[in-house]
Amino acid sequence: MKALLIAEYKDGEILGSYAELIGFAGRLGAESAMFLVGNKDNLPQYDGRLYLADVASCGEFDPDGHKQLLLETIEKENPDVIVFSHSSYGWDLAPRIAFAVGAAQVSEVVEIVDGNYIVPACNAKLQRTVKSGTEKCVITLQAGAFSLPDDPTGTPEVIEMNCSPAARVEFSGYEQAEQGGVDLSKSEIIVSAGRGIGKPENVTLIADLAEALGGDYGASRPVVDSEWVEHNRQVGTTGQSVAPKLYMACGISGAIQHLAGMKKSDFIVAINTDKDAPIGEVADVLVVADLKQFVPLLTEKIKSL
Amino acid sequence: MKILVCIKQVPDMESKFKIDSENKWYDSADLAWRMNEYDEYGVEQAVRLKEQVKDADLTVLCIGPDKVKETMKKALAMGCDRGVHLVDDAISAKDPFTVASIIAEFARDKDFQYIFTGMQSQDRGSAQVGVLVAEMLSLPCITTIVDFEYTEGKVTTRRELEGGVKAVVSVSGPAVFTCQLGLNTPRYPTLPNIMKAKKKELLSIPVEEIVQVENKLQTEKIAYPEKKGTGLILEGDAGELADQLISILKEKTGVLA
Repeated sequence: MKALLIAEYKDGEILGSYAELIGFAGRLGAESAMFLVGNKDNLPQYDGRLYLADVASCGEFDPDGHKQLLLETIEKENPDVIVFSHSSYGWDLAPRIAFAVGAAQVSEVVEIVDGNYIVPACNAKLQRTVKSGTEKCVITLQAGAFSLPDDPTGTPEVIEMNCSPAARVEFSGYEQAEQGGVDLSKSEIIVSAGRGIGKPENVTLIADLAEALGGDYGASRPVVDSEWVEHNRQVGTTGQSVAPKLYMACGISGAIQHLAGMKKSDFIVAINTDKDAPIGEVADVLVVADLKQFVPLLTEKIKSL
Repeated sequence: MKILVCIKQVPDMESKFKIDSENKWYDSADLAWRMNEYDEYGVEQAVRLKEQVKDADLTVLCIGPDKVKETMKKALAMGCDRGVHLVDDAISAKDPFTVASIIAEFARDKDFQYIFTGMQSQDRGSAQVGVLVAEMLSLPCITTIVDFEYTEGKVTTRRELEGGVKAVVSVSGPAVFTCQLGLNTPRYPTLPNIMKAKKKELLSIPVEEIVQVENKLQTEKIAYPEKKGTGLILEGDAGELADQLISILKEKTGVLA
């Protein structure tokens, strides 16, 4: 079994998620090689062949150009499985590669059992076991599913590649997240509002509880997308990653992207009417209640302590 | 300008899902159905583009059994000009490659300048179909867009990356875009527009007449995830729950100490 691991480079840095690709190859017991459009001065800790194309000439985002480089690498390595992170880079490039090599793609793999892949469905309320029907298979890995206990080690054997940018699309740079506002990554207590708050007026219930606890309030993606709470309070993959002493998730069902941003919290309380909500998987305490009734009561009791 | 937007009908994700008798997918009985949330943003963006360029024809496409027409009517009421229903009672057994093949085959030779899809569906979440359609049609594709500006034949988008960072990416059409949540604010159809939508063309074509391909993936089985959560579950009277929670917080966190 041979695996080709696709590392990522963004905004001048190699991303640490490559370690999870190594973890996955280890789980498969696969011989692996790695691919990166990056920089010689910033290499992964990796004990194997690294196909490296220079980002300065290839561009950080050029799907056609990166696809071409990858196809050349696949030609040389002939891997059985081509492994991406399930990330903005991975889900953009993986289907292009799968189509080009005629392979099946399995997205967001969380586990492997008897050579079959386990993937979540319906907000992780269900799990599918899927099997590739093609000789080669392209997969993307859910963040954190195949983490290594320690940092990887090794110095790669670099095989340099040249590219000819294809650029049907033009990448003109990054826009950083909005600055200012609250830095939740430093907060010790966070109370977050999810879709279950129902309407914008109920944000005050969450803010009041946060204040009574001496903390800050945050929100999950749907609440931010509805513009009920500003973006710089969003917790999750595309918002802030937090690790407070106490995280209270109010009306948050627990989408994977939200969990990824808050599961390192020391103590997690979830308030939800749905006893089976995925947030229960990470919560230390799940209060099964209507937050509109429960949160104001709790706030009053805390204030009167 | 011809524009295509592809939508999917999915169950409300708050539903209690039951596994079907073949152990391959969820049981579709007793579920409330709606438009895939990501696709709503796609429909809204397509309608806005049509409103901006004026001279445009916007088709909404959906694959599935008869009941998907209900969801298509919403897209028509939001402003799509016509609907194409690719009739397929077995759509839930088809993988992203097969679904994309059907869409691409329908779209081929129809000169769509812009094609919009959601970045993923809420039930499968593969995030493959839009990109595969683009690859099959040899079109450029920009994924996960949270901003779309059209100016004189050029589209500038913002792709959402991790950690709140956005990449600015431009393309000239024809092109495919996959839409992320927060791209815009999807409109609610007004009553007059709901009435008008009833008169709009909604063409049904059996999917067998479009293309027949083999799945590349097989679903072996479906199951409920193993409950790993070892947390405490509190239920009952709200006042008592609040007291219990305060005691726990004092004991376990030191937050209220």
